[in-house]
Amino acid sequence: MVLQLNNVTKKFGDFTAVDSLNFTIPEREMFGLLGANGAGKTTTFRMILGLLDPTAGEISWNGKPIDYSTSPIIGYLPEERGLYPKLKVRDQIVYLARLRGMNKASAIKELQAWLERFKVPDYLDKRVEELSKGNQQKIQFIASIIHKPKLLILDEPFSGLDPVNVEILKDAVIDLRENGTTIVFSSHRMEHVEELCEHLCIMHRGSPVVAGKLKDIKRSFGKKNVVVHADFDLAFLDEFPGVMKSKTTTEGKVLQITGEDVAESILRELVPKGFVRRFELEEPSLNDIFIEKVGAAYE
Amino acid sequence: MNKFFIVLFHTYLSKLKTKSFIVSTIIMVLLVIGLASLPKVIDYFDKDEKVTIGVLDKTGSTYETLNGRINTINRNVKLKTIENEAAAKKLINSEKLTGYLIIEKDSGKSLKGTYKAKIISDSSISDDLLLALTQVKSSLAAGELKLSPEQLAQLSTPAAFEKVALEKNAKTEDELNQARGLVYILLFVIYLNVIMYASMIAMEIATEKTSRVMEILVSSVSPVQQMFAKICGIALLSITQILLFLSAGYVSIKPNLDEMNGGIFSFLGFDGISISTIIYAIIFCLLGYFLYATLAAFLGSLVSRVEDVQQMILPVTMLIMIAFFIAMYGLTNPTAGFITGISFIPFFSPMIMFLRVGMISVPFWEVALSIGLLVVTIVLLGIFGGKVYRGGVLMYGSSKSYKDIKKALQISKNG
Repeated sequence: MVLQLNNVTKKFGDFTAVDSLNFTIPEREMFGLLGANGAGKTTTFRMILGLLDPTAGEISWNGKPIDYSTSPIIGYLPEERGLYPKLKVRDQIVYLARLRGMNKASAIKELQAWLERFKVPDYLDKRVEELSKGNQQKIQFIASIIHKPKLLILDEPFSGLDPVNVEILKDAVIDLRENGTTIVFSSHRMEHVEELCEHLCIMHRGSPVVAGKLKDIKRSFGKKNVVVHADFDLAFLDEFPGVMKSKTTTEGKVLQITGEDVAESILRELVPKGFVRRFELEEPSLNDIFIEKVGAAYE
Repeated sequence: MNKFFIVLFHTYLSKLKTKSFIVSTIIMVLLVIGLASLPKVIDYFDKDEKVTIGVLDKTGSTYETLNGRINTINRNVKLKTIENEAAAKKLINSEKLTGYLIIEKDSGKSLKGTYKAKIISDSSISDDLLLALTQVKSSLAAGELKLSPEQLAQLSTPAAFEKVALEKNAKTEDELNQARGLVYILLFVIYLNVIMYASMIAMEIATEKTSRVMEILVSSVSPVQQMFAKICGIALLSITQILLFLSAGYVSIKPNLDEMNGGIFSFLGFDGISISTIIYAIIFCLLGYFLYATLAAFLGSLVSRVEDVQQMILPVTMLIMIAFFIAMYGLTNPTAGFITGISFIPFFSPMIMFLRVGMISVPFWEVALSIGLLVVTIVLLGIFGGKVYRGGVLMYGSSKSYKDIKKALQISKNG
C-alpha cells in the first residue's frame, strides 16, 4: 500500500501549477503537504484522485493508477466544504457512501457510530443548513471516511474548528492511521503537522522546496533558536558573531543562531554580566523552516 | 447498484420530494381538471345570456314572421316591438334592450333592415337578424311569385359540394382543424417541458457546484456518468409529472365524454384523437428534452453561482422560444416550404417535425431522417458536453462567459 508520485508535473496552458513533484508515502503513514496559498496543493490532490491527469509523470497506488474503479478505497475531504444544504444528514451520507460502494444499512450503522463518537447523535435527521459550520465539518469528515478508505486525502481538515473539536478530529485521524489508512493532509497550521506527520513536503509555486522526514528536515536545517531572558541590557547580542536574526520580546530576546557552538559562547558572554533568568536552546519549529524556505523563495 | 442508477434515483427522488415540485404539480393538475370541465362552466354562464332586441316594424306585417324565424335560429334572442326610436334609445340606456331593428320597405318594395346598437362588437346577433330577415324576405317573395314551398326549397338548396384530398391519408380540412387544436396543446406541453426541465438541470448542477458537493461527487463518480444520470433522473421526473397530468385529464374528462361532442372540445379535436400523434408527441418531447438538457447541463457546469445560471442558459431558452414561435406559424401553414426545411434542423425539429406529423401526412423517411439527425446531434452534443462538464465542474471563478467552454475543454483534455 504505497502511494507514489513520480516526477509529476501539471501545466494549465503556460502556467505550471505543479512542477516535478516526487514523493512516496508508505502504508500507515501520515504525510503532510504544506505550502502557501496557490502553491499547488489542491491541484496535487486532484491529480492523486484522478480528477486531473498529470501533464508529465506518474501517480500510482501499489503500482496501479488511480481511477474511478479505485474510488471505494479512497476518501476525500475537500478544502471548500460542501454538502447538500437542504438534505438531511442521513440522506446525504447514505448517498455519498453508496457512491463509494457501501450499502445503505451499513452506511447508516457507521454513521450512527461516528455521530456518537463526535457527541452529536441527534443530528441524524437534521438538515445540514441547520447545523453550525463546525458541526457541518464533522459531517463532512464522516462523509470522507465512512467507507473506511485505504487512502485518505484531507485538505485543511482542522480549519474553522474550536480546540476541543480539533482534538476529537485529530484522535479520529490517528485511529484511522492505526487501522491501516494512509493519510495525506494539507494544513497551514504547522503545529498540527509537527504533531501528526512523520513525512512532509513543503511546496512553493508548484515546486517542492523541502521534502522528507520531519526529524531529518529539522536536523539538516541546522539553525537553532536561543531564548534569553536576563535583567540587563541584551542589545549587544544583535551583533554577536553567529547570530543571524534577533527578535526582542517583553522579557528578553529570541535569537536564531547558526549552530550549537554559538549558543555556548553566548552563554559564556552572558554569565559574567549578571543574573540570567532563562537560557534555552530550541529545535527550530516547522514554522521557522516554512517561513525561511517559502519566504526565501519569494525573494 | 450501479453508480449511474444511484445518482439517477437520488436526483429523481430528491426532486420529487421538494415542495416546489409538489406544489407546482398540484396547481397544474387542478388546472387540467379545470380545463376539462370548462364546457360545463361555459354552459352554466351561457344560460343567463339572453338578449332583447327592439323591433320598429314600419311595414306593419313582418314582426310576427320574423319573431318565429329568430326563435328557430337563436333561442337566446328575444324580440319586442317598440313605438319609436326615441323610446328604443331610452330602453337601451337603461340596458333593457341590447339594440333595435328598423324594418321598412325600400323603393323596390323589398325588405330593408337597419340594426342599431350602442356598440356593434358581437356580430353574431346582427348575423342572426340578417338571416331571419332574409328568410322572411324569401318567403314573401315566394308568395308574390306564387311559388309552392317545394319550389322554394328547390331554389334555396345550395349546390352539392365535396372536398376530396388526392393524397392518400391526407387530412380533410375538418380533420386539419381538429388536429390543429390537439397539436397546439401538445406543442405547448413540449415547449413547457423542455424549457422547464432543461433549466432545472442547469440549476441542479450549479447548486451542486456552489455548495461544493461537486468536489466530493467528482471524486467518486465520473463526471460524464454523473451528467447523464442527472439528465435521466430529471427526465424520469418530467415523465412522472406528465403521466399525472394525463391521468388527471383522463379521469376528469371521461365522465362527461358525451357532452364533449361540440363546444370547445370539437376545436381541440378530442373526438378524432390520434394515437400516432400522441406517440410522436412523446418521442419528440423526450428527444427535445435530451437535446436541450444536455446543452443546459454543460452550460450549468460552467457557472460558479446559482444567480448566473439564467444568464448562461439564456441562449438555450431563446432557441426553444424561437422554435415555439416558428411552430405557432406552422400551425396555420404546415405545408410551407421553409417549415418543411426547418423540420430537419435538430434544434427545431422536436417541435416543427412533430407539428408536421401531427397536422399533415409526412412520408415516413422524412420523419425517420429528422429523428435520426436529432439522435446523432444528441450523441455528439453528449460527447462534447461531457468533456466540457468534466473541466467545468472543477472550475471556480467569477467569469461566466462562453470563453469558459474553451477553458473547461482544456482542463478536461489535460485531465
